[in-house]
Amino acid sequence: MNAIASPNLAQVLDHPGIWRRSADRQPRVRALSTGWTSLDAKLPGGGWPQGALSEILFEHDGLGELDLVMPALAALTQEHRRVIFVAPPYLPYAPALAAAGVDLRFLHEIHAGSTEAAWSMEQCLRSGCCGAVVGWLPDIDYRSLRRLQLAAETGDACAMIFRPATHAAQNSPAALRLKVSNSDEATYVDVLKSRGLLTTTAPLLRMRA
Amino acid sequence: MLWACLRFPGLAFSAAFAATPEAGPSALLDGHARQRLIAAANEEAAAFGVRRGQSVAAARALCPALDVRPRDRDAETRLLTGIAAWCYQFSGHVSLAPPQAILMEVGASLRLFDGWPVLAERLRSGLLEQGHAHTMAATPFASASWIFAASADGMVLPEREGVLRMLAALPLTQSGLSASMVKSLQAMGFRRLEDIFRLPRPELTRRIGRDGVAWLDRIRGQSAHALPAWQPPASFLQKIEFDSELDGSQPLLFPLRRLTRELANLLAARDGGVQRFTLTLEHARGQSTRIVVAMAAPQREAERLFELARTRLERTTLPAPARAIELIAEELPVFRPPVRDLFEPVRGDGLDWPTLDERLRARLGDAALRQIALVADHRPERAMRYGTPGPVVSLPRRRRPLWLLPRPMPMRPDPVAVLAGPERIESGWWDGADARRDYYIVRTAEGQQAWAYLPPGTLDGWMLHGWFA
Repeated sequence: MNAIASPNLAQVLDHPGIWRRSADRQPRVRALSTGWTSLDAKLPGGGWPQGALSEILFEHDGLGELDLVMPALAALTQEHRRVIFVAPPYLPYAPALAAAGVDLRFLHEIHAGSTEAAWSMEQCLRSGCCGAVVGWLPDIDYRSLRRLQLAAETGDACAMIFRPATHAAQNSPAALRLKVSNSDEATYVDVLKSRGLLTTTAPLLRMRA
Repeated sequence: MLWACLRFPGLAFSAAFAATPEAGPSALLDGHARQRLIAAANEEAAAFGVRRGQSVAAARALCPALDVRPRDRDAETRLLTGIAAWCYQFSGHVSLAPPQAILMEVGASLRLFDGWPVLAERLRSGLLEQGHAHTMAATPFASASWIFAASADGMVLPEREGVLRMLAALPLTQSGLSASMVKSLQAMGFRRLEDIFRLPRPELTRRIGRDGVAWLDRIRGQSAHALPAWQPPASFLQKIEFDSELDGSQPLLFPLRRLTRELANLLAARDGGVQRFTLTLEHARGQSTRIVVAMAAPQREAERLFELARTRLERTTLPAPARAIELIAEELPVFRPPVRDLFEPVRGDGLDWPTLDERLRARLGDAALRQIALVADHRPERAMRYGTPGPVVSLPRRRRPLWLLPRPMPMRPDPVAVLAGPERIESGWWDGADARRDYYIVRTAEGQQAWAYLPPGTLDGWMLHGWFA
């Protein structure tokens, strides 16, 4: 008898290195629900990819870009997992955060210049003791983004980075890229890139209208 | 019981030359102030013919450039204590045997360290790493070990019979009896310990006195001898002075690493940790720089202590070159290793939050990390504060923006639509920070939702205070 059981076809096809174009077989992405049902439905794994970098490109402040991540962050803090804000551009306002369901005991803010901010983000992601690390790093370059992506994989943390929409055309190592834009008095979320997603049907989500 | 004795023949010499290492021919002086003789000389001095027992004048005549230093007994004690602290990790009963020996009970530790050969190897390699030349021996009797460590390096005699046999063959000069006793015994024709072991006890007492007989009893294990157990001190203070002034933080890292390692040795011995220590750098003209290294939770690992101290040191600009570095740790609290769930998968570097927090603070400064808490106040700016969040006091009934501007600023151009409002916020007349505003949720031409206010009763002069991001 063969000592090694010969694998059946399904097991072979299950291997992460094998990719099949098939509508009903989504690749296995561990994800954190975004809290937005229509967005979850479209994202591979059903939410923010865990152990990976997500990039949120937004046109202007105040379009609801933070609302997009708030439910997931609130859920993390309620599970007593730490969420770190790195270099936020304004004061994160405690009453609104608490109203969104964030347990403030597990939210930390780091103030740092751009190079220190990238370093802090990487440290937090690598450490393995943070649930999500959210950074506002408008000037970050490809190499640093790649480092953050690797750090998120190492620490199995959810990395989110906010950048101006002008960077949308640039190449990025992020696993997921969303663009938040506004037209006709409503906010739309487009998926620019997503690991394991074949086509992007724009717009994905219509918010605030 | 198995007593190991470690002897350090070069201890007096290295203690005297510890602060500023010797260069060229050097010798150690010992004896009364009137008649000081060379007690030890290094190889370079020996090449000139400098020998133990010479007078200073004779030694200087042989070698004019000889660097002669007197014995520094305080430094010797410090050095010996430092070694004892290190030995404490191998045995719970370590005893100092000044001037140059340490006794430790290793019988109880043998199983933990896989037997004497392994333990001896660890002792030897550790001592050599620290630069201490040594000899060692182990027998069931501390005093016998002390004798054999001097005469037969590496000897191990676990049984009493073996010890007695070896002692019997030992010349009197190596017996540990005082020089005068040995002299009188030799005058009587005795050469080896077996010769006097045969003598009747009253006879022997008459010839060498009670002390001599007591000593002979002790080395044969015929009388118990209580050795004082060394206890690790409750604080740490060590200073290294430099030959020349060191400029910048880079050259300071080497002595710093030594200090943190010594501190970690003590912490390991105490089974404790350190939460806060002070580095003092001394400059010329009595100037000094103090660097406080504080940690969120007690630490004990040499490498981590060094890293923390290094990051703090590198962030400090030194006003002048340093002449000495001193490390003081006064509080050494109990160390509690972090409790982890056996089945919890370790993520990434497997750091806990306090460690990460420290690492970030060490590089970014304490002010860079903060938490926000709610405050029950109607005025928007005062509804939050920085600090440790407490229980949720009250949530605002109306919608609040996630981003607040550090201070309100004029809004240009004016918003295109009002989505909600006004919400009159009027408060603070009691503490002088009176605020009277009508808040609106507005939309800009770009589709942004903003939190803006107008002075009551006006429709102009929008002030932007937050973004509904």
